[in-house]
Order: sequence, then structure tokens, then C-alpha cells
Amino acid sequence: MIKFLFKGLLRDRSRSLFPILTVFLGVLLTVVFYGWIQGALTNMIDANARFSTGHVKVMSRAYAKEVDQIPNDLAFIGVEKLTQDLRQQYPGLIWVSRIKFGGLLDIPDEQGETRDQGPVAGMAVDLFSAETREWDILNLADALVRGRLPEKKGEILIGEKYALQLNVEPGETATLISSTMYGSMAMANFTVAGTIRFGVTAMDRGAMIADISDIRAALNMEDAAGEILGLFNDFVYRDERAEEIKAAFNAGYAKDNDEFLPVMDTLPGQSGMADYLKLVGSMSVTVLVIYIIAMSIVLWNAGLMGSLRRYGEIGVRLAMGETKGHLYRSLISESLMVGFIGSVLGTAVGLAITYFLQEKGINISGMMKNASILFSDVMRARITPAIFFIGFLPGMMATFLGTSISGIGVYKRKTANLMKELEA
Amino acid sequence: MENSFLIKTKDLVKIYSIGWKKLAALDHVSLNFAKAEFTGVVGPSGSGKTTLLNIIGSLDVPTEGSAEVLGKKVEDLSNRQAAVLRNHSIGFIFQTFNLLPVYTVYENVEFPLLLLGLSADERKQKVIKALEWVDLVDRAKSKPAQLSGGECQRVAIARAVVKKPAIILADEPTANLDAENSHNILRTMEELNRELKTTFIFATHDEKVIRYVRRKITLVDGKVTKDEAMNPTKAEGIGQ
Repeated sequence: MIKFLFKGLLRDRSRSLFPILTVFLGVLLTVVFYGWIQGALTNMIDANARFSTGHVKVMSRAYAKEVDQIPNDLAFIGVEKLTQDLRQQYPGLIWVSRIKFGGLLDIPDEQGETRDQGPVAGMAVDLFSAETREWDILNLADALVRGRLPEKKGEILIGEKYALQLNVEPGETATLISSTMYGSMAMANFTVAGTIRFGVTAMDRGAMIADISDIRAALNMEDAAGEILGLFNDFVYRDERAEEIKAAFNAGYAKDNDEFLPVMDTLPGQSGMADYLKLVGSMSVTVLVIYIIAMSIVLWNAGLMGSLRRYGEIGVRLAMGETKGHLYRSLISESLMVGFIGSVLGTAVGLAITYFLQEKGINISGMMKNASILFSDVMRARITPAIFFIGFLPGMMATFLGTSISGIGVYKRKTANLMKELEA
Repeated sequence: MENSFLIKTKDLVKIYSIGWKKLAALDHVSLNFAKAEFTGVVGPSGSGKTTLLNIIGSLDVPTEGSAEVLGKKVEDLSNRQAAVLRNHSIGFIFQTFNLLPVYTVYENVEFPLLLLGLSADERKQKVIKALEWVDLVDRAKSKPAQLSGGECQRVAIARAVVKKPAIILADEPTANLDAENSHNILRTMEELNRELKTTFIFATHDEKVIRYVRRKITLVDGKVTKDEAMNPTKAEGIGQ
């Protein structure tokens, strides 16, 4: 019977082509939208993890409370030991110490007078120790635009756009004017080794990357750091595991009220990331439900039109002794075939488009000029295992719902009128 | 004799409500039909012919009285039981053929057998046989749109007889056919009636059909006014 119905579907374009096209388009949009959202989420999570939040982050409790103000006066001391402990306790993560700092970057002329000056948002990372992974985490080699990467202490990288604003060339000297951990003024000279562009507007705006030992010396932060970031070795965030680590770590300090004791938070817990992720999640579900409802209505209409076209066929089948239940189920079977074909085609083409968007991406830097969120300028879609079946949900459900509703007419058909109707 | 009848109706009454008005389509109709009958039910429009076929075909139920088809009381059947009765034992032939346009001749004839759940081999055997009866084996792969009206009606006959039902109900089967095709169709049905011992009941006012039947029942205003044995004079129908 299924083969018989399938033949009918293939031959009768009006009952296959339009519904398949409807499902195809709906599934295609669902797949691309889902891939795009996944890409955006991954992009946001990845950029935040690498540049700001880590997959987990350890700070002093006092620092954590005012983290947005980068309160280095509340940074903790004894970082080396704590980092070593973390590496031993949680070897599945890469642990790196960082100091974020603000200030002015002064570019002197030949006489040592200020030639240019601008606000700087700096990040001190471990560039030169044997075990450092910061080069990979920040992908510095790929980010380099001009000059070279730092090779020795005293060398820094600054954002390409920032360098152009300050008219500074690689090899020139730059003076950091900031404040020490204890509130006094700090000044230190550096050599600009090269310029960088991370492709994350919020990072590139006034960016400065320096070695952490140089900044510790400049800001009087010996064996101190604002933050210790932990990232899973493969750079893939795992929420459940991160929460476990956080709970275990914080439990160790739960009994003491000292505000300079370390506290750990996960990626979603920082900078309102959890709200972003929830928002994106609920948006995805909303769009999916809208697709299902819209497609169901279209397919319901298609089903009604089909029922009108096939009025005679349905009548003759009832007259021949096909039960209404069997006839209704056969209509549902047909619709599921349509849904399946449309879903397969929609998923295939959707995957192709998603793959293209994953590889090429779309440059959205124009929209990110004033953004404070860490988000790559080139937004890419992402193919995940779920994308292979996510489209089948609206595809199959919409056809099923549409036909279930339109097919009710079969039960309302009176066999007593069949003879008259079939003579018409 | 009483038990040999395939169909027995007793005081059959069918009343339709049209707004506040009641219309008696059948008025105490009592008829019996034996196996292998070739019967025509004649009468003017609105006389109750189609209503009678509807009830015999278990498509409708009487308002009063009783209709027993193959030992089953139509008025007592559920929708599902009525469908099963039609599926197994009753074939229908309509004035407008009502073939499924997207399927071939072969597939149209095969459809009732699919509903019966027969195997592919059984279906093939029966479909070929049915197409041989109506002389359409060579058109098995054609679609209804590629056939003449006469050929379409022969396909409809093959579809009705393929499951070898006990009863075939034909509502104005020649109304859309010319004289020659009507004759061919009626001759085919008569042969099948003889060969398969199938009971044929026609609702018609076509004189050509009446010339073929061996029993003629006349209905007027829902009442049987005449029930007579006929002496078929089919040859006279050709070309008229």
C-alpha cells in the first residue's frame, strides 16, 4: 500500500511538489537558522573564553564582586602556588594567569616629548615561560598584522587600529601610564614589537598585550594576578564538567569569609553570559515553533485543497470499502512521506548553505563598532551533530499536523451521499 | 427458496428531511434478489433507484424496515462493518467511471485487492484475469486520460469484478457512453454475470440497459409499481 501511495505522490505533482517545496523551504530555513545560531553561540563562547572569562575563572572574592571595573587593588597574591595547585587538581584544563589593566599609552617623539597619547585596555599574559599556552589561546601568530611577535621582555603588541590612531610603528617605544596595585602612579617603557588584529572589535579597540612579568613589575603586582583562567584542553566548553569543577573548588573555601580567598565561576556565570545563552536558546525554540505553526497552516491549506481535488478519489475509495480510519491513515502516511522527502532535501541544502557560512562567514564588523561584547567580526555558522536532524522536527510535525487537521474531512464524509457525489 | 436470496428487503422506508419537509425516497419496498440475477431498477428521477442501491450497498441505512445483504442486516452494521461488507462482497460501477487519474489501468484494477491485503502474486494474477475479461490487457499501462469513455467504463467494470464480489451495483453505467460502447459494456457485464455468477443490479432509465436485463423493477415515488421477468432483446440495442 505504501508503494502504491508513493507512486501516486510521485505522479501527482499538485499533491507532492507544493507540499514538498513548503517543507523543503521551512526545513532549509530551520537548518540554516539553527547552524547560524550555533555558530553565533560558539563564536561568543569561544571569544569570551579565550579573551575574558575562560571556561572557568578564579578571582579573589572581592575582585569578583567588581570584576567589570578591573579592580587590580583587589587581585590576589600567591598566584604561582594557586596555579600549580589548579594544574595538579584539574589537569584536564589549561590554567593561565592574567592581569587586565587600563591606563594611557604615551608615544614619545625623538626628544622624549609626547607625540601621541591614547587610552589603553591592556592584558598581561604569560608570553615567555616554558609551559605557556597563551600563544595558542590568543592565536597571536594569526593575529599579527605588522612587525613581529614579542621575543623578549619589554616588548608588547598593540592593536593595529590603535597603532594607526597613535601613529606608532613597530620598533618604536611606548610608555604605559597606569596605577600600581596599591594605588600609586606607575610608568613603564615598552617597545612595540608588532601590531595585531583579533577580529573582535571589543578587543581590538585600544588593545595592548604585554608579558605578565613586565606588568607585574610595572604595577607592583609581584606574584599577583587579577584572574586565573581555566580552559578545557580542546577549547570546547562543557557546562556540566565546568559546574562540577566550580562546585568542588568553591566548596574548599566555603567555611572562610576572607574576601581575598579565591572563588571560581563558570563561563555562563560571568558578564551576563547565562542570560545571553538563555535568550538565544529561547529565541531558537520560538522561531522553531513559529516555523512549525506557519508550515502547519500552509500544509493544512494544501491538504484541504488536495482533499477538494481528490474528492472523487476519496469517495470512490470509501465506496469500494476502504474504512475511514484506513483512508485517514493513508493520507497521514502520504504526508509523512512528503515531510520526509522535504526534510531530507531541506536538510541537505541547508547543510550545504551552513557549511558555506561556516567556511566563509559574514563580516559584521560594521555592526560591532561600539560593541562591548566579545564577538568575532566574522560571524560564522556552525555544523553540529544536531543540525542533521533538527529540521526533521518542523518538517515531519508540520506535515503531520496539517494533514491531521485537513484529513478530518474524511470522517465527516457521509457514505449515503457518495453515489450522488460520484455522479457529479 | 427464501434462504437462497442474496439480498432481502422488507418494508424498506427511507425518509430524507429537507428543511422542515420530509421526503420518502423509498416507501415500504420489499424485494428479494437471488444469486446471478441481472436486474434493472428503473424509474424516473427521484423515484428512489439510487437510494435503494445505496442501502443494498451498505452506504446508507433505512429509516424503517430491513435490508439484509449476504445474511447481514445493513441497519445493524457499524461504519466499519459496512466498509468490510463492501470491500469483500460488493462492487460498484458509476456513471462517471471514477477511476484514479494518476494510476494506470493495472493499478486502478489492483486497488481493491490492496485493500483486501492480498499478496503481490495473487494481485497480479487476479488483475490480469480481470483485464482479460474486459479485453484491456494491452492497455494495462495506460492512464485513464489516454482511454476512451468505453474503455474507462471497462476498467471500472474490471475494478468492480476483480475481487469477484457476490453483488455488483451499477448506477447508470451507460449514461456517458454512446450506443456501441453501451452495448459492448452491457455484453461484457452479461458475460461476467454468467461466468462468475455475480448478481448485477442496475439503476437506470436507459432503454439499452433495460433490453439486457432479465428482471425489471419499476420504482415510482419510492414504491415498487412493477416487478417483471424480462426476455432480453439486446441485439436491438446496437446502434440505437
